[in-house]
Amino acid sequence: MKSEFQSQYSTKVMEHFMNPQNVGQIEDPSGVGDVGNPTCGDIMRLFIKVEDGVITDAKFMTFGCGAAIATSSMVTEMVKGKTVEEALEISNRTVTEALGGLPKVKMHCSVLSEQALKSAINDYYERQDKPSPVNIPEDEHEQCDLYDSDEEE
Amino acid sequence: MKRIYLDHNATTPVHPEVKAAMLPYYEDLFGNASSVHSYGREAREAIDVAREQVAELIGASSPTEIIFTSGGTESDNHAIKGTALSKADKKGNHIIISPIEHHAVENTCEYLEKRGFEVTHLQVDKYGIIDLQNLEDAIKDTTILISVMHANNEVGTIQPLAEVGKIAKERGILLHTDAVQSVGKIPLNVDELGVDLLSLSAHKIYGPKGIGALYIRKGTRIDSLLHGGHHERNRRAGTENVPGIVGLGKASEIAKKEMEANREHLWSLTEKLRAGIQEEIEFVRQNGHPEQRLPNTLNFSFEFVEGEALILSLDMQGICVSTGSACTSGSLEPSHVLAAIGLPPEIAHGSVRISLGRDNTEEEINYVLETLPSVVNRLRAMSPLYADRMKKRKEGKL
Repeated sequence: MKSEFQSQYSTKVMEHFMNPQNVGQIEDPSGVGDVGNPTCGDIMRLFIKVEDGVITDAKFMTFGCGAAIATSSMVTEMVKGKTVEEALEISNRTVTEALGGLPKVKMHCSVLSEQALKSAINDYYERQDKPSPVNIPEDEHEQCDLYDSDEEE
Repeated sequence: MKRIYLDHNATTPVHPEVKAAMLPYYEDLFGNASSVHSYGREAREAIDVAREQVAELIGASSPTEIIFTSGGTESDNHAIKGTALSKADKKGNHIIISPIEHHAVENTCEYLEKRGFEVTHLQVDKYGIIDLQNLEDAIKDTTILISVMHANNEVGTIQPLAEVGKIAKERGILLHTDAVQSVGKIPLNVDELGVDLLSLSAHKIYGPKGIGALYIRKGTRIDSLLHGGHHERNRRAGTENVPGIVGLGKASEIAKKEMEANREHLWSLTEKLRAGIQEEIEFVRQNGHPEQRLPNTLNFSFEFVEGEALILSLDMQGICVSTGSACTSGSLEPSHVLAAIGLPPEIAHGSVRISLGRDNTEEEINYVLETLPSVVNRLRAMSPLYADRMKKRKEGKL
């Protein structure tokens, strides 16, 4: 895959970085995902609004690098209009692909976007006292390295 | 779009006079300085002149104390490994360095550490200045080398190197300094500083890349790293990079001549920039010493934003600067320099280095001051950390 050899941001990444979609907060969210930590240099806060099982709105706030902002923007674009179950299919790989790839050292940002989304959906289930089908690996980001850079895709 | 280059600590453009001086050595004067014939003599003479120009810039008593290398990294490696190897059969195996050294020093020492040498990292204060008492306390009977950089590449802080030199001399220990960032920018004299070994590089002073020099005080015992022919008085084998050496020589000559004017120019521009940034932008802190600094270097942390996002945004506006944020490297850890001066990681992630050069103008600084606040504000507007802080402020908690 292209991204393995990429060292620069794709045009798509730069577009989403310079004109990020869905920046902001949802006043009355159905779920919020808050992942990352400032020590590692990136935090994503993702808000979703769910109506009749469909994600009708998604917004984000991100402290992080260009890739972190671009993946946040992309993941919020991707979830809108999807059912919660469909949204759970979104992975760091699909976000990365939609962005035309990411430099290898930036892959952890895409993992963070997946985590933010899953965490928001998890929160949605919890707010309704429903058992959550979401499995979020805990505290992995504490080590500031979610992506094993030796691992080839 | 007009581009404004404010990353001169990374590299500088080649001075037109430097380029003009170099070109003949790619053309008619292409000789190998080791050749006996006229081509060789022309090249040899050019190298001799350059060696004098470099010696003159740093106050070396003899041009023979200068050897040409491939740049700052090789000079640092040569100084440190060369000293370590020359003492390898003796009892000494201890090296003292500052915690804010360039990786060329830091990683060379780490390499030696894995091979049985002992390395002590000194402490620095919040400005990045070493503590002389801490240095005295760190010295042991086995200490063979102290290596403290003259001025820091990231924050610009200048060390009290002459004081270090006195201590090193009293204790009979060699002193190396990585002066890559200070040479040509501030007055520097190897005797006044009391250094035995000094690294410098051409491309930081409007010379070409791939060429540098190591000053080796007469009588200093040091092993060679590269073995081969009898070049550089047996200290550094390999056919001399004549155009590069000529370029370094010319750049040194110009740096000496223009130093005072450049210093004044750069100091006034950076002070204008510093004052403007601190006036226009909230939650910003200056890193490095506010006065004991290189005249061209400023480093700021813009809280609640990440440095790579900031430099990318500035780049889109034509402003080229750099960051100590982890996100520009693969490491995910912010700069060791910013960590050593006690910056919390989240603040270090938002750092930006602005390093000016001789060609920058007041008009360019005005443009930066017009542009920077809106760039910072755009990123803060999407930062959850900033949102949290503003919420607390609104609630009257801060």
